[in-house]
Order: sequence, then C-alpha cells, then structure tokens
Amino acid sequence: MAFILIAVLLLLMIAAAIYAVVQKDLLYAVIATGIISLVLSILFYLLQAPDVALTEAAIGVALTTIIFVITIRNTERMEDEPQNDNNIKSEVK
Amino acid sequence: MKKILVILLLAVVGFYIAGTFFDIGFGNSHFVKNDAIKPVKDTYLQQTVQELKVSNTVTSIVVNFRGFDTLGEVTVLFLSVTALGSILYKKRHHVGERSVLFSASSIVTSGSKLLFPAIVLLGTYVFIHGHLSPGGGFQGGVIIATGFLLMLLAYENYSVSHTSLAIVESLAGVTFAGVGLLGYMNGGTFLQNFLPAGTLNDLFSGGVIPIIYIAVGFKVAAELTGVIYTVLNEKGENHG
Repeated sequence: MAFILIAVLLLLMIAAAIYAVVQKDLLYAVIATGIISLVLSILFYLLQAPDVALTEAAIGVALTTIIFVITIRNTERMEDEPQNDNNIKSEVK
Repeated sequence: MKKILVILLLAVVGFYIAGTFFDIGFGNSHFVKNDAIKPVKDTYLQQTVQELKVSNTVTSIVVNFRGFDTLGEVTVLFLSVTALGSILYKKRHHVGERSVLFSASSIVTSGSKLLFPAIVLLGTYVFIHGHLSPGGGFQGGVIIATGFLLMLLAYENYSVSHTSLAIVESLAGVTFAGVGLLGYMNGGTFLQNFLPAGTLNDLFSGGVIPIIYIAVGFKVAAELTGVIYTVLNEKGENHG
C-alpha cells in the first residue's frame, strides 16, 4: 500500500517537473516547482525523515517560491521564444 | 549524430545509477546486508541517548558530533546574505515606495495580523524544542522569516529595522562561536559539551545543544528576513 502511494507521489513529482520545463508562463512554472518541493516533503515524511521534511516544506515550498515570484514580478512573466533557430543550432555545432 | 550520442550516454549512466539504487532498495531502514558489521548509526544512537540525553538523534549529530560543520553552514548563509545586500544596496528604495501588483484587501491584512504571532510562536517552538522533536534552528528560523514575509506582503508600508536585524544576527553568531570557545576552554575541543546533560525528554537537557540551536534560530530568522526585505524593496527599472 505504501509502495503504491510512494510511486504515485514520485510520478506526480516527475509530471510537475516536466510541466515546469514546458510551461511558457513562468509564474505557473514556479508554482509547479513549489509542488515538487511539497510532494518531496511528503515523501521525506513517509520515509521517516521529519527533520528534512520540515526543512523542505519551509524552504522549498514557502521561501524559494516567494523569492522566484518576486523576481518574476520585477522582470518578465512570459518566457521569450528563441528568435533565430539557426543561430542556436550553429552554436551547438 | 550528437543527439544519439547524448541519449546513449544518458542511457548508460541511468542504467548504472538505477542498478545501484535497485540494489539498495527504496526507503529501506538499513543498507548493510551483513549483520556482522556494526553500522555507524548504532554508535550514534547509543551515544545520543545514553551520554547526551537527547531524544532527537538528528539534532545531536548536527549540533554536537558535527557542530563545526553547522558553524560553517551558518557562515555560508551569512556570506550569501551579505553578498546579496551589497549587490542590491544602491538600488534600494525608501519605505513605502515598494512596487506592488495590487494592494492587499482588508481580509488579507487582518488575516495576516492574526496569523503573524501564531507563525512566530510556531517557529520559536520548533527551534526551542529542537532536541526533543523534529526541527531545529534552521527550520524554526525559516518559519519565522515566512511570518515576516506575510506581514511585508500584506502591509505596503510595513518595515523591518535593518539595525536591529544586524544586532540580533551578530549577537546570535557571537553566542554560537562563544559557546564553542567555552567548550574549547572546558573540555579540550571546539564545541565540546560542558553543561550537565540532564534527564532524557526534559526541556533543559542535552547540555549546550538548546543554547546553540536558539542562537542558530535567531541568526537564520534575522538573515532570511533581511533577504526578503531587501529583495522586496528592489524595484525593476522597466516596471512599477
């Protein structure tokens, strides 16, 4: 039973991480990162590490998210599309 | 061609990492298969309960057995906060000029006024009972800093005195180092426990551990409140 719960939580973390990378609206991406931290702290609690769970909940969910939100407010909310694809490809080569 | 190489490399690395973790198992309580070898954790558990009389083993390791590492961690946090403050110092605006997306409604302001003492109390509880229950100086300090963050978000002209933050932070740091030096004078090593251990599960137990964790709690709370205050008062040039 616990195994199924842990598997579901891990899948949720991966889904939130992929969403955070794909999403163009950076505010939603930051919220998704906060969800990763929240699920991770539940996972730490399930694995009997309450100290780490408290740290993760306080720093990952609250503080980091808020600092990112303040940063987004002071800069740009939407992620820019790469303007010239050829330039990037030539840099990779 | 390059993409295929990268995928191949990632697959090989992933295969071996997954193999290692598959051997250990997920969420196992012990890694050692051979019972003849006595794991390190048993020594720590025994010493924590019998000599230090601390019920939270994590705290005893963080503050007592690895106390010097904790001093280093606190120093790293202090240095990063100092660097942030020195970068953003020139651009800081006066109180009341903070750029806000929209002003907070009366529900938010009165709600945060109600919640703020409760959050600070919870943070204080977490770092005072660091040696009895999960948590400690870092966690309690961060919780207190989120309380100040709530007030700063709800009230546009709420301000925190930088001078008092600096005084609290310096005093806490000096207390930590001073307790360490006292241990050096009494016991022979830095951060040596020189107070009586007391009885297990008492609030006043574990020797110097509660003193150090209270100092760490004050220090972390002051530093992170300073970070939030500095970043919140930073105003973008194009917006606002």
